[in-house]
Parts: sequence; C-alpha cells; structure tokens
Amino acid sequence: MNQFFTALALGLSLGTIYALIAMGFVIVFKATNVVNFAHASVLMLGAYVVATTSDDLGFYLAVLVAAVVCAVAAALIDIVLVRPLRRRRGGIDALAILTIGINVVLATELTRRVGTDILPTGAPWGRDTVEFLGITVPQTRIAAAVAATILMAAFAVAFKYSDWGIAMRSTAADPETAALMGVRLSRIAAGAWAVSGLLAAIAGVFFTSFPASGVTTTTYLLALTAIPAAVLGGLDSVVGAVVGGLVIGVAVSMTTSYQGDLAFLGRGLNEMVPYVVLLLVLLWRPSGLFGSKEITRV
Amino acid sequence: MSERLRSPGARRALLLVGLVVLLIVPYFVEAFWLQVGLFCIAAAIAAVGLTLLVGIAGQLSLAHAFFVAIGAYGYSYLAADPTPDIADAPAGLGLPPVVAMIGAVLLAGVAGALFSPIAGRLRGIYLGLASLGLIFIGQHILFNATALTGGFNGRDAEPFGLFGFSFSNDNPDDLVVLGVRYGMLERLWYLGLALLALSWWYARNLVASRPGRAMQQVRDSEVAASVMGVSVPVYKGAAFTVSSMYAALGGVFLALAFGRIVPDSFGFLVSIDFLVMIVIGGLGSIWGAVAGAVLITALPPVLQRYADALPLVVEAGGDGLQASQAARLLYGAAVVAVLIFAPQGLAGLGRKLAARRTLRPPTTKVQPKEHTA
Repeated sequence: MNQFFTALALGLSLGTIYALIAMGFVIVFKATNVVNFAHASVLMLGAYVVATTSDDLGFYLAVLVAAVVCAVAAALIDIVLVRPLRRRRGGIDALAILTIGINVVLATELTRRVGTDILPTGAPWGRDTVEFLGITVPQTRIAAAVAATILMAAFAVAFKYSDWGIAMRSTAADPETAALMGVRLSRIAAGAWAVSGLLAAIAGVFFTSFPASGVTTTTYLLALTAIPAAVLGGLDSVVGAVVGGLVIGVAVSMTTSYQGDLAFLGRGLNEMVPYVVLLLVLLWRPSGLFGSKEITRV
Repeated sequence: MSERLRSPGARRALLLVGLVVLLIVPYFVEAFWLQVGLFCIAAAIAAVGLTLLVGIAGQLSLAHAFFVAIGAYGYSYLAADPTPDIADAPAGLGLPPVVAMIGAVLLAGVAGALFSPIAGRLRGIYLGLASLGLIFIGQHILFNATALTGGFNGRDAEPFGLFGFSFSNDNPDDLVVLGVRYGMLERLWYLGLALLALSWWYARNLVASRPGRAMQQVRDSEVAASVMGVSVPVYKGAAFTVSSMYAALGGVFLALAFGRIVPDSFGFLVSIDFLVMIVIGGLGSIWGAVAGAVLITALPPVLQRYADALPLVVEAGGDGLQASQAARLLYGAAVVAVLIFAPQGLAGLGRKLAARRTLRPPTTKVQPKEHTA
C-alpha cells in the first residue's frame, strides 16, 4: 500500500511538471493554432541557462534569468519565423513542421554546447528526501509541485480576470471579432509564446534536477513526453493540460514503481506508457478529454 | 526551346537520358557513393509512401519509421534461417527472400489497416500526434521482443536472392560485367532502381486514378468528399495501408543495404526525417519526395566525407562544429526556409521555372496560380 501511495505522490508531483509543459503547448495552440515542437528546445534552453549561470548568480536569480531568456526566445520565434507563415494562412500541419525545423536547429546548437558533459542545475534542494506518513518524496518534487501549482493558479487567475487573459480568450474564441474590438492579435500571439517559454524554462529546471543529474544532450526530448499530456487533455484546453499532465505523471510513476510486477511486458515500459494512455483516450474521445469538438458546418 | 522541352517526345528523351545515367552509375563511382545511393533509394521509396499519405490524402503521420521498421524486421524474420549458425542469433522462418519481401510489405499493410480505426476517427493534428504513439510502442517492441528482433543489438538481414542469383558478394562469386566487378553494392543498386521505379510508377498511377482523386477530395474537404459518395474512413484507412506498405518496401531495402538492422534506425527522429523529406520536396509531389529523400539522406555522409574541405566544419571528434551537427543545422534551416519562402518545396520551384519558360512568349496570358498553403 505504501508503495502505491509513494508512487501516487511521485506521479502527481511529476504530473505537475508535465502539466506546466503541456500548458505551454496549449496556450500557444489556443492563441496561434501552432503545435509547437520548438517547445522542446526552449525547455532545454531554460535548463541550460540555469546550469551555466547558477554558479555566478545563485540559483533563484538564474531561474529568473532563464525564464526571461526563454520567454524572449519563444516570442522571437513567433515574431520572426512563425508569423510570416501564419499570415499566409499556412495550414496547421505546415506550422507544426515549421516548428520541427526550428527545434532541430535550436536543439542541435544546444546539444553541441552541452557536448558530453552533464551540467548540474545547482538546485539548492539537492538529493534530500522528505518522509511523510511513510511516503518518501524527493524535495525537488515537492518544490516542483509547489512552484507548478502556484504558477498554474496565477495563470488561472490571470486568464480569468486580467486584460491580457480576457484578450487572449476572446482571440481564441473569435479572432476577427477580437481584432475589431481593438485586441492586437500579433501582440496576443507573441505574449502567448512568451508565457509558454516561461513555463518551459521552469519545467526544464525541475526536469533536470534530482533524480536527473543535470542538463544532457537528451534534455530536449523530455518535453516530448509532455505531448501526450497536452493532447489527451485536449489541445485547446488549459484545464485539460493540467489533468492530462497529472494522468500521464501518475501513469509513468506507477509503471516505474511496479516495474517488477510488469516485467513480462519488457523493460523501459514507462517510456511507452504515456503514448498507450494517449491512444486509448483518443480512441474514446477523438479531441481529447476537454478539447472542443470540431463542429463541421457546410 | 521551351515548347520542345514540354513535348512528350522530349520529355521521354530526357527521362531516357536520366535512366541511362542511373544505370551506368556503378561504372563511375566508388563504393562510398554507391552505399549512399542505396540509402537514398531506401529512403526515397518510403518517402513516396509518406507523400501519398500526407500530401495526397492529407493525413499527417509521424509514425512512418514504425512501418519502415515492420518492413525491415519483417523481412529479416521471414527470410532468416530457422536454425541460425550463430548461437543466440534470432531465428526466422527461412522463406525465400522474394516471398519474405512480399510478406514484409503485406505485414506492414496489415499493421496500417489495423491503425485505420484510429486514423478514421481522428482528425488533422490529433492524428499526427496520436501516430507518435506508434513510434514509441514500436521502439518498445523492438528493444524487448528479443526473440524476434534481437533487441538492442538488432539482427542480420538475409541477402536478397532471385532465381538463384544472390544480391551479395557471392553466388555467383566473381561476377564481372564490362570490366567492373559486381559485388553486393552494385547488385543492390540495380535492385533498388527497379524497386524505386516500381514505386514511382504505382504512385503516379494511384494519384491519377479514381481512388487517388478520392483521397485528394478527403484531403481538401471531408464533407465534400462524403457528399460525393467517398467513404472518408475507408479512404483514410486505405491511404494508411498503402503508405505503410511503401514504408515497408523501403524498410526491406534499407535492411538489405545495411545488412544489419538495429532499433535506433527506426526512432522518432527518423520519422521526422521522412516528414522533412516530403516537405522539402513539396507535399504531394512524387518526384519531390524522391528529391527530398536524396537530399536529406545524402547530406550527413557527404558533409562527413568533405569535412576537411569545408569551412567551419571539423572532423569527427574535433573541437567545433562537427559534420553531423552541420548537417542537422542545414536540415533544420532548410525546413524553415522552404516553408517560409517556398511552401511548395522543390517540386514547386521546378514548376515555377517551367511556368516562367512558357510565359516568355508574349501571346501567353495565363499567370501561374500562387498557391498559399
């Protein structure tokens, strides 16, 4: 039973990290109709900036710098590269493939810089664990869960009440009307990308802290594990991203924890499980759990 | 000049010249280029299948490498000796190579058809992202079903043979034609050309046929297609089936060219490679897919080979930009540039050039239509 609850706690805390990344995917998709594969390397960029500057600046300041760098980088990607294609009404597939190209360039440069090293992020909580009611959880994960929950709550409030949130939601609902009401679509789009970059930076830091040892050449692949989370919740639902993140987190954690009992299914099951869950959910609900159904009008 | 180039006779002559050049390639190039050529052919066959699926039928798939893997592993399994000489080597069924090749292609077709319920139900980007799942499930199987796949170390692919003629270095042992020794590479080159020609021919006919037009209708508008009596789920499923069979044929040839296959050759990044090939070539264009496949496949080895002659690029292990990384950068930049500046890819550029030629006479008033997709 303890094993179960430990796995559950680990899964939920891991899920909050997935949820942060998935939210980034969803916010960009809602605002600009782009499935942003470059999210993966922006996440790695964040972790890389933290790892290289935390010695001089201290960890928290380094995270702040990384968040700003990633927000700017993501916004620039949108303004310089994605916007021209969007303006020409590039299809959703073309936009996705464009971000794949951007991701390849950015990830190649980052992996080249990282090389064969493992760059530790210098997070202050190290490898300490906390025991509570017989459940052992690493401190990193608690910090991740707390930080992610605060960020999610902040965005939920901003989404609902701030001018930016209202402009963003009205753009997603009906871009033309929003534009007529004085919402500057290009600014909303760049803002959404910036927010997703910020979220990616934070998630990147937690992904590369304990139990991972630091930033490596494969860090950018981590963000791809959050794609199932974003899709199964529904690509255009922020709530869906959070729920999807938690579901995937728990699923991964459970298969890792019960690996011994599942040995007949082969090793490395936890890498496959998110996609199995995704396929099953999509078979049941083709637009994800909370995604808006496509309505066809003729 | 332009009139003459566009006449069917001139086209046929041009095609013939190209064909002759391809046929005499083994007489002029060294083994390195022939090896690269084989990989290009394998990629081209699979890419034609993907462009049928994504470009013609409009179904985004990130799972192409999965079906390539089915072809490669399917062939090796079906053709391998039931009782291997080397201990622990994965066994097979010992079928004749031709039967194994056809069997592997059919196997992938079945796998594609099995994915149809999902393909028929999902739309657009959801389908693309769901198909990612196949890649990861496939990788899991390749690593864990060691009895079939050899796991991490992979398994050997039996050389191809036809009517007692083996496409390897022996049997017949020293085959010399017009002064050139025909080893495995030379023999496979011709096999590859034949398979590629077959793939090309079938794809062209498919696109021009009634089912091909139905697929394009599904791509352009599912509603319009169903109003016209085209069953959307059936055609989506059929597109997946045909495209996975192409992938498998490419996979079989890849297995033959490599001689040994490992799971890493069929991962997520390889799937992305295929997508990039058809985008650079121009979505839906068959010769574009072939050109894109050649470009993307040949880029890393060519850069590697000329690393010392290129500025900025250093040899493997050196400090600085390595050839493989330079290839990745070029490749990423090419995708971005093509999508932003030439959305129709290489095929679109070709068409534009041809159109400009025909536009030169002042009597022609037809402007080429700008497609913005």
